[in-house]
Amino acid sequence: MVLSYKWLSEFVNIDVSPEEFADSMTMSGSKVEAVHELGGEIQNVVVGKIESVAKHPNADKLSVCMIDVGNNTVQVVTGATNVKAGDSVPVALDGSTLPGGVKINAGKLRGIDSFGMLCSINELGLTKNNLPDADEDGILILDGEAKPGTDIRTILGLDDIAFEFEITSNRPDCMSVIGLAREAAATFGKEFKAHTPEVRESDEPAENHLSVSVEDPDLCPRYTARMVCDVKIEPSPKWMRERLHASGIRPINNIVDITNYVMLEYGQPMHAFDYRLLGAGRIVVRRAKDGEKITTIDEREHTLNKDMLVIADESLPVAVAGVMGGSNSEIGEDTNTVVFESACFKAASVRNTSRALGLRTDSSARFEKGLDAENALPALERACELVESLGAGRVLKGVIDVKSYTYSERVIPFDPKRINALLGTDIDSEKMKEILKPLGFSFGDGIIGIPSFRADIECTADIAEEVARLYGYNNIESTPLRGENTQGGYDKNRLFEKSIGATSRALGFSECFTYSFINPAFYDRLMLPEGSNLRKYISIRNPLGDETSAMRTTLIPSMLEVISKNISSRNMTARFYELGRVYLPKLSPDGEADLNRLPDENAMYILGSYGKGNDFYTLKGALETLFKTLLIADVEFEPASHLPYHPGRCAKISSGDLTLGVIGEIHPKVLSCFDIDIPVYLADLSVEALMNAVQPELEYKPLPKFPAITRDIALVCDINLPVSRLEKCIRSCSTGILEDIVLFDVYTGGQVEKDKKSVAFSLTLRSPDHTLRDDEADAFINKALLALKDSYGALLRE
Amino acid sequence: MKEQLAQIRAAAEQAIVKADSVPELDTLRVRFFGKKGELTSVLKQMGGLSAEMRPVIGQLANETREYIESQIEIARARLEEIALTSRLAAEKIDVTIPGTPQPLGHKHPMSIVLDEALSIFVGMGYKVVEGPEVEYDYYNFEALNIPRDHPARDTQDTFYITDNVLLRTQTSSVQIRHMEKNKPPIKIVSPGRVFRSDEIDATHSPLFHQIEGLVVDKGVTMGDLKGTLEVFAKRLYGEQARARFRPHHFQFTEPSAEMDIMCFNCQGKGCRLCKNEGWIEVLGAGLVHPKVLEICGIDPDVYSGFAFGIGLERITMRRYGIKDIRLFYENDLRFLKQFQGVM
Repeated sequence: MVLSYKWLSEFVNIDVSPEEFADSMTMSGSKVEAVHELGGEIQNVVVGKIESVAKHPNADKLSVCMIDVGNNTVQVVTGATNVKAGDSVPVALDGSTLPGGVKINAGKLRGIDSFGMLCSINELGLTKNNLPDADEDGILILDGEAKPGTDIRTILGLDDIAFEFEITSNRPDCMSVIGLAREAAATFGKEFKAHTPEVRESDEPAENHLSVSVEDPDLCPRYTARMVCDVKIEPSPKWMRERLHASGIRPINNIVDITNYVMLEYGQPMHAFDYRLLGAGRIVVRRAKDGEKITTIDEREHTLNKDMLVIADESLPVAVAGVMGGSNSEIGEDTNTVVFESACFKAASVRNTSRALGLRTDSSARFEKGLDAENALPALERACELVESLGAGRVLKGVIDVKSYTYSERVIPFDPKRINALLGTDIDSEKMKEILKPLGFSFGDGIIGIPSFRADIECTADIAEEVARLYGYNNIESTPLRGENTQGGYDKNRLFEKSIGATSRALGFSECFTYSFINPAFYDRLMLPEGSNLRKYISIRNPLGDETSAMRTTLIPSMLEVISKNISSRNMTARFYELGRVYLPKLSPDGEADLNRLPDENAMYILGSYGKGNDFYTLKGALETLFKTLLIADVEFEPASHLPYHPGRCAKISSGDLTLGVIGEIHPKVLSCFDIDIPVYLADLSVEALMNAVQPELEYKPLPKFPAITRDIALVCDINLPVSRLEKCIRSCSTGILEDIVLFDVYTGGQVEKDKKSVAFSLTLRSPDHTLRDDEADAFINKALLALKDSYGALLRE
Repeated sequence: MKEQLAQIRAAAEQAIVKADSVPELDTLRVRFFGKKGELTSVLKQMGGLSAEMRPVIGQLANETREYIESQIEIARARLEEIALTSRLAAEKIDVTIPGTPQPLGHKHPMSIVLDEALSIFVGMGYKVVEGPEVEYDYYNFEALNIPRDHPARDTQDTFYITDNVLLRTQTSSVQIRHMEKNKPPIKIVSPGRVFRSDEIDATHSPLFHQIEGLVVDKGVTMGDLKGTLEVFAKRLYGEQARARFRPHHFQFTEPSAEMDIMCFNCQGKGCRLCKNEGWIEVLGAGLVHPKVLEICGIDPDVYSGFAFGIGLERITMRRYGIKDIRLFYENDLRFLKQFQGVM
């Protein structure tokens, strides 16, 4: 909502600077987003009276004018042909500025000094809509009364200030000059000067010519109309055009301007129909028929449906109620009888219609927030009062007012004690009344009467807000929270995720945040098998685009995208992690995603690495360190083979019965789908599984009292045998003396047979209760070797 | 023999002074004290002395021995010191050569600020709780006093899955879920992702993060809300931070407010950073609407509460002077590397 400072001053005397006004209004709840000085870009442009016009000695198309600009006379060379001695014109003096940042300086034109420029309306940032009498191509000729030297902005009404307000959706009443004036009066403690419109009207009754029936009162609680005859369409007067311009509305003609003027002043959208074009003088307010068509005044054709409300004559729609008029009943140059409509339409209906038709107007923007039906009639009266004062036509007798409700003032208890209790204040009840009265509230015995335009006020908390905002939020004393002490703290998940994050970073992984929705094509790019549960995802019904339409069931594609982008930004080596949710839909009995139930939102932890210093084993090593810090023991990596991983470089990670996740190198085909041409290693783990795998509280073990024996053994086994099997086999032979087992070498090549490899372990053996003897160690080694041979054909390397 | 001892002593003194390495001293030790050492040979002659002379000479010999030994030790200490000094000199390195890089990952700037914010509230006795991101219409709108057809729930703003299931547009849904299951006193913060169908540009993202706060107890006031959030602002932005509260409107709070922080750049005078307003909006807040309490089965005549919602992206952008929200979701290592959070 744009408010003209001059217009405001008709309703309330504000005597502070525009900045202070904006600031105080913001702090009392009407937020000023911007303050525009209307003619702010025009500097040093004044009224000049032309004393003489002479031909330029060196140029046929130029003339030299001597101009009285108040305190002196200046010479200006102009190319204009519409000026003569005695005319008053706008003169941009030496060093002046014009809209668009244009600067005017003195100079020579074909050898003759020129100390400024004469201006056209365009050069002043105006159009013929603002000044209908002006010559579009020539210099603006002002009426003769303007005193030379006067700032042109005062002459053109550009000495105004436009305040841009952000009006919250609960205050449609403030989308008007009157509404904001009331707020301003309350804010500054000034008197609000109400105006009651008066219509003289002629003797001829309107009802002889016009009838209104409202067929769907549920969508139109009130419809008022008046008729105006002998209309003469012409430009509206200068003051009205200036007000509209300052408020950001383009002046059109007197009748249309009146509807816009009243909408801005009262916040009540109005419409004017050409009576000739209303068949049979009938107005019918009804739901549209399915498929019914209307062409609106912006020349767009719309197909309507039965959920939309229209204003129709006896047969055809002539307006989409509260949204836009139809071109078939539009005011034209030759209109001589006008019907003014001032109605109240149901907010939701206007909102849905406006949305469905893709038509948002100043009118729909007001209606969809819910307007005061009691305001319809005063607005109509104001429009007709303006018709009379402008001499725009003859207002017929009588108002047609169809309404389906009876108004009575709403009241709620007035409870100053509760208000103070909510605010933490000690404001006197009389002071509260003083604050509330200027806003339109009235008081009875323990009750407060709510004005019709404040549909948002329903309970004591609402009254508390009214009191607080005018008392000043910043005058309420800030208090540290009192009351019962509470035990704060993080939930277990967040603490766990914090330690995962800290360890990841210590291991060189940087944290990522990626979108929760992905391109559904990613599920194909991951080459997931048909029927994979990961392909069952939740799709967004109204996504921004396909590429953000599927809720992710895995973090893998997001991580691959991050890696792909980083490689293309020439970050040639990197380690990343993300802790994020995946959304796994509940499945219906037929195995499909059930969108009507909330999905499982599982927290996942993903690591990704590529480039120098990164391979499968560095990533695995990082994970093993992580497991140590998280107190997850007995983790096993079992060879696995599933997409999107490399079939020979992928392992399932588990701890006991719990599957923790998968680690592997990404399949080159998948990588190429993400435009990646170097190996990428990922580990994808479930946070919940990791949490469940955490060992119970640690218990201290005494330090060993007896020395250990170390034995190294090198084994030769099948080249494809996972070494973890050998290790497990050795461990299974332990009689309690195997303290540690470390793999220290895997060798294939010349020294061993083809299809074989050599695997070397270092074993630490120790007894808790005596110094281990060599023969005991030997016995264990022999037992282990026997088992290795039996189970895997692994032999001690000679 | 006295003379012999005196000669040995003099010879030893001379030799010790001459020695310029520790092994040389060892050789001297052998020369004097070895089996065939000079002093040893003298001692061997002791048997031929008279009974009176023996103790005299014996004492003298011992003194000579102790003296030589002590001189050797002094020389050894001196030589070792010299050797160490020269070793250390030889071991000098260029300490300005960069250290060997150790892996170090970086914390996402939003995580840094989020963790700080949460720790501030946890310190004030708040519990951290979370809620679902895919949410029922009821929790996201209906129970928050945003009925069907209210402008705040335009399809333009909300991603829908079905008519009743959507991506939550605000973490306020967690207020309802928590109040349904818990009785006052309630003191929670709930961080999380929210979604709005805004086209992506420098200041809009279809996905962003909020930190929701909710306090419900007997006698909670607007003054308490202000006090709490002012403390938060000072802890997050420093003691010099100045906050102001402006009336605003939210369907689920009444009275409602927005909190602005005075622009650090211009100290409230107005500059490009704050769009000439002098203040920067950081959060929305208010007293919990009585209808919302009632819907959750809490008697609004007995209890009151306040709630707030902080935009994480916004406070993070403020904190680091980041101008483009898209950087948060691009995860370019060159961006991430600029941040480090300890915890």
